[in-house]
Amino acid sequence: MCNSFIQVEVIIPTQTKYLKLIGSIGEHLAKELEDFSGDREALAYQLNLVLTEATTNAIQHGHYNNPKDTVRISIHIQEHEINIKVYDHGQGFNLETVALPDLEQPQEGGLGIFFIRTLMDSVTYTRQGEGNVLEIIKNLDMRPIVENHFDYR
Amino acid sequence: MNLNLEKLNGYSVLFIKEERIDAHNSGELKEAILRMIEEGEINIILQLERVRFIDSSGLGALLSGYKNAVAKSGKFALACCKPQVLSMFELTRLNRVFEIYADLNEAFENES
Repeated sequence: MCNSFIQVEVIIPTQTKYLKLIGSIGEHLAKELEDFSGDREALAYQLNLVLTEATTNAIQHGHYNNPKDTVRISIHIQEHEINIKVYDHGQGFNLETVALPDLEQPQEGGLGIFFIRTLMDSVTYTRQGEGNVLEIIKNLDMRPIVENHFDYR
Repeated sequence: MNLNLEKLNGYSVLFIKEERIDAHNSGELKEAILRMIEEGEINIILQLERVRFIDSSGLGALLSGYKNAVAKSGKFALACCKPQVLSMFELTRLNRVFEIYADLNEAFENES
């Protein structure tokens, strides 16, 4: 099966009890990836973590008081990358001003974006319509495609 | 959150009976540890054998427990961590902050 056909879309209420579901989708997708030559268990944990952190952010930045508010998560696996988009309906924040944590003086909080930045290859957060989208890209190490070469001599 | 507190060898050993510590249950864990410390149980070992996933809020809850126990001249150690959880401590360098032991016996021997 070709990985380029995998696209998962999930819409959840802004409740943290759904974090396990979202994280486990990432974990399962990593374990099912075909032709992936990297550390599959590590990738599974990373996707679980990044999806959990991104969804937590979206829930916390969303309209807590509105029980009908939702977070949409889109996971698209293309040939050599995983593209994750997490949509929230909140005020948004400036990703560029989120400081890196001082690991020598550990504090509670502030590690979520650090994990996403450290473990993934690209992160952007932009205003889109009435909400915001956090877009995360992870490049995948895939096995080279071995083609059949026929010798006609 | 499914937690089990046992008194063993003079320590308050908190067994975390969950596979995940994330933003859904980390607040409850943090509160449980703080309550223990307020009640004078300042020598704490967290038994993390069941935990196979921890996120930033979970690490925050552990750090809060550590800081509050140490502030009262207590001890705060971790035991039976799975490799995935240890990797998270390494990524955040919290392995330099927490006392981490392979099992409870090792924790009892070294912390006494």
